[in-house]
Amino acid sequence: MAKKLPDADGYVVRMKGITKAFPGVLALDGVDFQIKAGEVHALIGENGAGKSTLSKILTGVYTKDAGEIEVRGQSVEIQNPLDAQRLGIRIIHQEFNLISHMSIMENMFLETLGHKPWGLVSYLEMRKKAKEVLESLGLDVSPDRLVRELSVGEQQTVEIAAALSKDADVIIMDEPTAALTDAEVERLFEIINRLRSQGTAIVYISHKLEEIMAIADRATILRDGRLIATKPISELTRDQIVHMMVGRPLHNMYVRSRTPSQEVVLEVENLSVPGKVKEASIIARKGEVVGLTGLMGAGQHSLLRAIFGAEPGTTGTIRLRGREVTITSPWDAIRSGIGLLTENRKEEGLILPLSVMFNISLASMEKVTNMGIIDHKQERRQAVDYLEQLDIRTPSVDQQVEYLSGGNQQKVVLAKWLATEPEIILMSEPTRGIDVGAKAEVYRLIDELAAQGKVVVVVSSELPEVINLSDRIYVMHEGRIAAELDAAQTTQEEIGMYGTGGKYYEGN
Amino acid sequence: MKAIRQAGRPRQELFRRYGMLLVLVVMVFLASMLSDRFLTASNLLNVTRQVTINAILAAGMTIVIISGGIDLSIGSVVAISGALGAGLMATGAGWAAGVLVTLLVGLALGITNGLFIAYGQLPPFIVTLATMALARGFTQVYTGGRAITVTSQTFQWFGHGYVGSIPVPVIIMIIIYILGYFFFKRTKLGRLVYAVGGNEHACRMAGIRVNRVKVAIYGINGLLAGLVGVILTARLFSAQPTAGVAYEMDAIAAVILGGTSLSGGRGNIGGTIVGALIIGVLGNVFNLMDVSPFYQDVAKGLVILVAVLLDRLLHAGGGSLRRGVSSGADQAKSA
Ligand SMILES: Nc1ncnc2c1ncn2[C@@H]1O[C@H](COP(=O)(O)OP(=O)(O)OP(=O)(O)O)[C@@H](O)[C@H]1O
Ligand SMILES: [Mg+2]
Repeated sequence: MAKKLPDADGYVVRMKGITKAFPGVLALDGVDFQIKAGEVHALIGENGAGKSTLSKILTGVYTKDAGEIEVRGQSVEIQNPLDAQRLGIRIIHQEFNLISHMSIMENMFLETLGHKPWGLVSYLEMRKKAKEVLESLGLDVSPDRLVRELSVGEQQTVEIAAALSKDADVIIMDEPTAALTDAEVERLFEIINRLRSQGTAIVYISHKLEEIMAIADRATILRDGRLIATKPISELTRDQIVHMMVGRPLHNMYVRSRTPSQEVVLEVENLSVPGKVKEASIIARKGEVVGLTGLMGAGQHSLLRAIFGAEPGTTGTIRLRGREVTITSPWDAIRSGIGLLTENRKEEGLILPLSVMFNISLASMEKVTNMGIIDHKQERRQAVDYLEQLDIRTPSVDQQVEYLSGGNQQKVVLAKWLATEPEIILMSEPTRGIDVGAKAEVYRLIDELAAQGKVVVVVSSELPEVINLSDRIYVMHEGRIAAELDAAQTTQEEIGMYGTGGKYYEGN
Repeated sequence: MKAIRQAGRPRQELFRRYGMLLVLVVMVFLASMLSDRFLTASNLLNVTRQVTINAILAAGMTIVIISGGIDLSIGSVVAISGALGAGLMATGAGWAAGVLVTLLVGLALGITNGLFIAYGQLPPFIVTLATMALARGFTQVYTGGRAITVTSQTFQWFGHGYVGSIPVPVIIMIIIYILGYFFFKRTKLGRLVYAVGGNEHACRMAGIRVNRVKVAIYGINGLLAGLVGVILTARLFSAQPTAGVAYEMDAIAAVILGGTSLSGGRGNIGGTIVGALIIGVLGNVFNLMDVSPFYQDVAKGLVILVAVLLDRLLHAGGGSLRRGVSSGADQAKSA
């Protein structure tokens, strides 16, 4: 399809004075935002700064309270998603919008499904096209697979594929890489480069500043719903961006006040999960932060879930302080002092229609109840404490958690587990989707937990994070522990080598 | 412009919360215009008494529906519990034993439903449909198709007695709603009902023993059906084999009219009593105007449809095309 022309100055979209209020929050306050054809425009800001809201206004998911939008020099009113699609504007949502019990290709071509004569659909054609797009993204799965069978990373790739399978002049990507591995990110970047050279404009929202420095041409920074600046990326340094986002300079991302002891608290021996984990053995000591990493699907997430009793069919032994324990359900695990921060907050972490306060106390109800009766004062006090401690942005603790921004939702999940005061806290991608300031805060918190003598096991696919955060690192490959590394000595390359099956690890 | 928009949302919120109350008020107003007998003290007491049975069942149904489930068996449970209680008293047992047995049969059947749903991992719709048929069939067999008369005056008090000038069933209903309010507001179990309905999987991952919660929920619902079994038997001076037919439908209708979402996790018991009153007033007005019961059912159906449609429109604001599709699909899945 021939690209429709941008306006005289090369802008496809001009948004002026965009304002949007939700009950209790002014999400956007007179924001100007312009997108040029053929540019990658980064949209940056803290959690709750208004990035997703701005994109949702441009794509007709929300309607603006005030302001103007011009597309290719013409003033437009975008009232619903269909309007936006007709204008050639597409979005990859931060929260997945896939229908879990439909196949990959049906999800990709969902909108076209409705427009065929007699409602008949050529599955052959659809399959072929789906396969092409998926392959260009490096996802080698059958388009007939059901979405619910895919991992989070694969689902994200399908979400991207769905947006790419249609023609668009502007594609908004709201944290597309939050759940992707490095290799997948690289492939996504190739595609972005190709689209850019074809004149497509990309709005790129991410909390990963390295990515932004690597791929963006210009950046717009928002803070508390207000525009701070729009500048070419070449005129910005990482520190300047952080400063503009957070409103103050940010120095040490990683702190280390802990001193791990020699006392082994958690021993996992020959843990296997059918089809996912093969005889994995790990240990963790008091006051230690243990990193667990590997390629997507190498079994690191399943291993954590297995320790937590959430993987049926798990075999193997778990010992706590030398004593063998039987954990067959999350309830057992919590009673043994183990908590697990799950990787996908919407499916496993949050009860969306319930309030922030309820979500925080969910896993530790006995702390705020007395003989089955809830102590509201105590519950509220606890929620307010965590709101302050984790800097969760919400109008009140009574707000339904579904109305919080993605990053703030993640912090609520974290608060829920901290409230259980676990001895051993397992974390799957704890910083997924949270901003730099909050990341530093989570790192500090992890260090503090360890300094209090707790054991923290962190699964993360971000290698710099794993290396800087942990004391020791286990690398997994195809369900097995491939290496145990000293975090102070190792490098990304070494981890990468073991993670791709470079060499098997033989005992200590 | 900005100010208007901002004010617009809370107003919508307000309507969502109190909209059905408004509908009730309008209906009462219209009813008093249509029939001058409506607003008399005796008629109002009459309406309230007619409402009690459905209101008590709907209270239990609220719990079940907020938890993401459904219970089709309560009408039959009312019948079988009443029949067994009355049968016991017919053999010479006292009124207390009769009440106790009626309640316990309801509780036991509810718990059985819960066990199958929770541990058998079966859809509530199917399990309670089976219980509905089984309990009804068993009632017919047990009673031989005939009513079992209850002669105990004390037992009859539960249907006909007064405390001061207020009928006993009305007092029971009020107590149930006060307890229900407290249950949802203050108890851990009440909280977990919302949580399980909102996201069962996340509950399991938070170490909530979801199966126990479910058994408790259906148990409570069964117990309330047993309670209605007592009231109804007392009211009719006998246990009837066809007692309680289609009661589950009125209960579900009251819950939905009250604004509770069938997909679970959202709703409140205050709305349910309003829903039950709307259905009750509607029936009463038609009775006063001598409209045939057949038309009453038609009207009831229409009211439910309009109410749900209204609710849908109010909730629809700001969803994308895709989201619309997906939430519809998810609902289909959970049904
Ligand atoms: N539907 C809604 N109802 C009420 N408040 C909302 C709604 N959507 C967003 N908000 C609020 O608006 C603000 C901006 O949210 P938005 O999702 O745009 O943030 P964001 O910049 O995308 O953050 P993140 O990086 O965490 O995704 C937040 O305070 C959020 O709580
Ligand atoms: Mg966002």
